[in-house]
Amino acid sequence: MEAPALIRLRQAGVRFGAIQALDAIDVGVRRGECIALVGANGSGKTTLLRLLHGLQGCTTGAREVPAHVGRLSTAGLRCAMVFQRPFLLNLSVNQNLNIALWLRAYPRQERLRRAGEALERMGLVALAQRPARTLSGGQQQRLALAIAWSTDPDVLFLDEPTANLDPGAKREVEAAIAQLASEGLTLVMSTHNLGQAKRLASRVLYLENGRLLVDAPVDQFFQDRLPASAEQFLKGERSW
Amino acid sequence: MQTVFESFELALRLLAAGDPQLLQIVVLSLKVSASACLIGALVGLLLGAWLAVARFAGQQALVWALNTLLALPSVVVGLLVYLLLSRAGPLGSWGLLFTPSAMVLAQSVLVIPLIAALTRRLVLTAWREAADPLRSLGAGPLTAAILLLVHERRALLTVVLTAFGRAIAEVGAVMMVGGNVLGVTRVMTTAIALETSKGDLALALALGLVLLAVVGCINAALSLLQAPHSAERAALV
Amino acid sequence: MVNHHGARDAALQAGRRRQFARAARVLASVLVLVLSPVARAAAAGERFIVMASTTSTEQSGLFAHLLPAFQQASGIQVRVVAVGTGQAIEMARRGDADLAFVHDTAAEEKFVADGFATRRQNVMYNDFVLIGPADDPAGVAGRDVVAALQKIAASGAPFLSRGDKSGTHAAELRLWKRAGLEPSGLKAPAYRECGCGMGPALNMASTLNAYVLADRGTWLAFRNRAALKILVQGDSSLFNQYGVLVVNPAKHPHVKNADAQAFADWVVSAPGQAAIASYKVGGEPLFFPNARP
Repeated sequence: MEAPALIRLRQAGVRFGAIQALDAIDVGVRRGECIALVGANGSGKTTLLRLLHGLQGCTTGAREVPAHVGRLSTAGLRCAMVFQRPFLLNLSVNQNLNIALWLRAYPRQERLRRAGEALERMGLVALAQRPARTLSGGQQQRLALAIAWSTDPDVLFLDEPTANLDPGAKREVEAAIAQLASEGLTLVMSTHNLGQAKRLASRVLYLENGRLLVDAPVDQFFQDRLPASAEQFLKGERSW
Repeated sequence: MQTVFESFELALRLLAAGDPQLLQIVVLSLKVSASACLIGALVGLLLGAWLAVARFAGQQALVWALNTLLALPSVVVGLLVYLLLSRAGPLGSWGLLFTPSAMVLAQSVLVIPLIAALTRRLVLTAWREAADPLRSLGAGPLTAAILLLVHERRALLTVVLTAFGRAIAEVGAVMMVGGNVLGVTRVMTTAIALETSKGDLALALALGLVLLAVVGCINAALSLLQAPHSAERAALV
Repeated sequence: MVNHHGARDAALQAGRRRQFARAARVLASVLVLVLSPVARAAAAGERFIVMASTTSTEQSGLFAHLLPAFQQASGIQVRVVAVGTGQAIEMARRGDADLAFVHDTAAEEKFVADGFATRRQNVMYNDFVLIGPADDPAGVAGRDVVAALQKIAASGAPFLSRGDKSGTHAAELRLWKRAGLEPSGLKAPAYRECGCGMGPALNMASTLNAYVLADRGTWLAFRNRAALKILVQGDSSLFNQYGVLVVNPAKHPHVKNADAQAFADWVVSAPGQAAIASYKVGGEPLFFPNARP
């Protein structure tokens, strides 16, 4: 018996003016999954992430959070997101964490505890008082992860989190993500890096021009026969 | 040119002599404009940031109105505030006309659109990057606006300084609502206007130089205060 | 099961609203705190009246000489707001001033007729003078101002008018009328209106080498004469009478009537008149006291 979906999209479509960014998406995110979203640039990965998160509304179809029967609001389901380029406030590492926790109404003692835990987990304790913007790319992204994790999200979304990082930083951040996945945190991650998808994900979604063409467990995705365009994509023959 | 050289010499003599009347006028100018900028900052920073961040019907109209108010001449502001505070006007019973409070009010009205418009520009640029991250963290429009104000505090200091320059240099508004009363509402700019109309051009120009010197000292002090911090940041990079 | 964030998020809204309300209250008290010292600096328990007067009287320096004497005698500070006669009378009419000290008898009488003052009183007089370029292109030098104006119009030499409804402007228009000329018939470059005070008008006249009607007081205190000098004086129609008007409390109950009347009484009495007579620039008196005893 399948676990119930935390978030479900039914025939969801998103239109920006004349552009149909997403078309008739049917998908559910289940607890504990680590989903990789792959596809060329402009295929709608970011829009899908934002739609699942709730930052974006759908112009057709519906987004449901079934755990709260019948209600379409997001109250109760906490989502967090890590972006390709981390946005950090012009304050210290600690202050950034504190503010994120304050925004979620944690009392002072809780904030201190959670912030401390998050820094330890991401190996940033030594940098706590540094201005967040002076951190290296990899450190900033780990801080973004720390911030997202510290608020105890139900689902963590990641939009190409290692795309802008050098190889060393890439490894650091991937390791942190893998750790979170292994602890059972539900993750939805878009990536250009197929190796990354293979290493981290339990399930892969392939998007093309706003349509969901393939939705399969990771082994299946990389071994079985796929639609022609998906095959081309895997081989790197499709334009990025 | 003769007048210009004369006035440099006169300005130095004025500064050296420390004439109490001149001192009183300088201090009043600073107090009035600083108070106006404080009020302007409290209102303008929030207004500007919120306009950059919030989405509501009629927002474009409000932004248009703000940008148009930037061109409001100081003498028109003075006239409007005069009519407001005049005995025949709605706030006449407050008895504020021809007092420094009226001047603070008029200059606040003058700088609020300036601060709001410049803040809006700054915050809008930051918002492009920050919108999704902040919303994803659960920040509503007003909270996001305040967070971005904190985030952009260095650039916003320049905005407030710009407003201070506009306030302390204007003459139309304070002349109308203050009345240029000696010892009570005479400030640097109205004193300069008076000396010019009396034909004492050298003295008028000298007072202008004194005004610049005072503002110059303030700016120097502020950059000295910021210097150690900037050096620290440069070292970390 | 999902984490139970629902109740927390709802409480969050309420908490935020309370925080903002608190912040708003703090803001309001900061504003009050900021404004009050500045206001207190003005009030400071001082006893003062606001007098609307003209720029020419202020710029002559008379008040700097006269008012300290009054303050010594009475303890009342007189705050002079110097604007054009038209604006000064308008200010008094609105009740923004406690009294007016101007030099336009016709306008003053209208003010009284309209009930804004119970009476007007003569205080002092001086005269107007016709100023012009030292080389006198229209050849007007002498004692007859009406003839001078006619010569200026005929020669097309430039004339500068204050054009600001001031006492001086009113006097100038009366003289043109007596010369049988319509100033509106004359136009730039021959006849220019600057809409400005006496000082700026003299500045402009010295730049333009134009003729201009000025009051003797401002002229004597004026320091940017360039090539200008007095060309016509002593004509009886150049007589310039100053009057004081105390705003009627019946029209504006808030005015400081007692203190304003104290000043009016003082300035027409012996000590006030003596103070006026003793004000000299370069050894010459600017104003001649003529209050009726």
